[in-house]
Amino acid sequence: MLSGILAFSKPPAGFEAPGTEILKTACVIGDGTYCVNRVALYMFLSVIIVLGLFLAAFRKPNLVPRGLQNVMEAVVEFVRNQIAIEVIGPAGVSWVPFLTTMFVFIFVNNIFEIIPGIQFPVNSRMAIPAFLAALVWVLFNVAGARAQGLGHYLRNTLFPPGVPVALYVLVTPIELVSVFLVRPLTLSVRLLANMIAGHLILTIFFVGTAYLLAKPATIPFAIPTFALSVFLVGFEILVSVLQAYIFTILTAVYISGAIHPEH
Amino acid sequence: MTHLLGVLAAVSGDVGSIGKGLVYGLGAIGPGIGIGFLVGKSVEAMARQPEAAGMVRTTMFLGIAFVEALALFGFVLSFIIK
Repeated sequence: MLSGILAFSKPPAGFEAPGTEILKTACVIGDGTYCVNRVALYMFLSVIIVLGLFLAAFRKPNLVPRGLQNVMEAVVEFVRNQIAIEVIGPAGVSWVPFLTTMFVFIFVNNIFEIIPGIQFPVNSRMAIPAFLAALVWVLFNVAGARAQGLGHYLRNTLFPPGVPVALYVLVTPIELVSVFLVRPLTLSVRLLANMIAGHLILTIFFVGTAYLLAKPATIPFAIPTFALSVFLVGFEILVSVLQAYIFTILTAVYISGAIHPEH
Repeated sequence: MTHLLGVLAAVSGDVGSIGKGLVYGLGAIGPGIGIGFLVGKSVEAMARQPEAAGMVRTTMFLGIAFVEALALFGFVLSFIIK
């Protein structure tokens, strides 16, 4: 009975479900451990795209914005009002350039997932999320030390005021781990895992659809899987925007927590 | 009646993928319930006090990001398990 179910539920012979090997890329320029591979090329491309977008939009700004300038002004305004001022407060205005650049850079790197001809999310390799998280870690610590003074910042973070003295035995190790270790880890792994999951799901669905199309008997099953694949592409656009938004807003929250002491 | 251990022994060829499925499935239960509660309560708050909707939405996304991270750790671990 059980073996019958297992035999029935197995995929037909010949179908190899794609795994994490689709995230591995070969060297394009140079060879060995340190070389420029396809992902690095896409990252250079995204840097050029971000630079080009901002330069084209704001090199000769018009009083009445049109076209690209209109779009980019909406992006800047969104980051300024919905992220910087909403989370950090009036002091957040000086962080808008950094937050906007990071938002657009992460979004462009994510959206490569569904651009035909590229179809590889740059953020699904650990290097870029890890670097961005390390950058954010350095920034919020430096911002806190500059706003409060290093000793005061560390004391406020590790020994939060308003806690009974005996509880510091418990609170201080938790704060130490959660602020200085877990924050950069979750920040990078969240972005990475979302992009790996999206890339894998899209690959599995499209490869599966192509496999079902190969035999006449399975073509009827290919129609719903193809419809769901198209739906998933739309879902991945949403995930790309949302992950860029979440990364940026968490950066703003960390900076806000560092520069505003809890009395 | 089939003994459970006997069945497990019979599928010994592919225990790794069962483990992967278990890790991700068990890892997703808690965050699933958590995000359900979180969004439900946020919608309730927004309906009760529409003028605070912007603040509630921002906090909701923050909470979702924190809760979701746990499920994603399960997802990453399921690849690490051999």
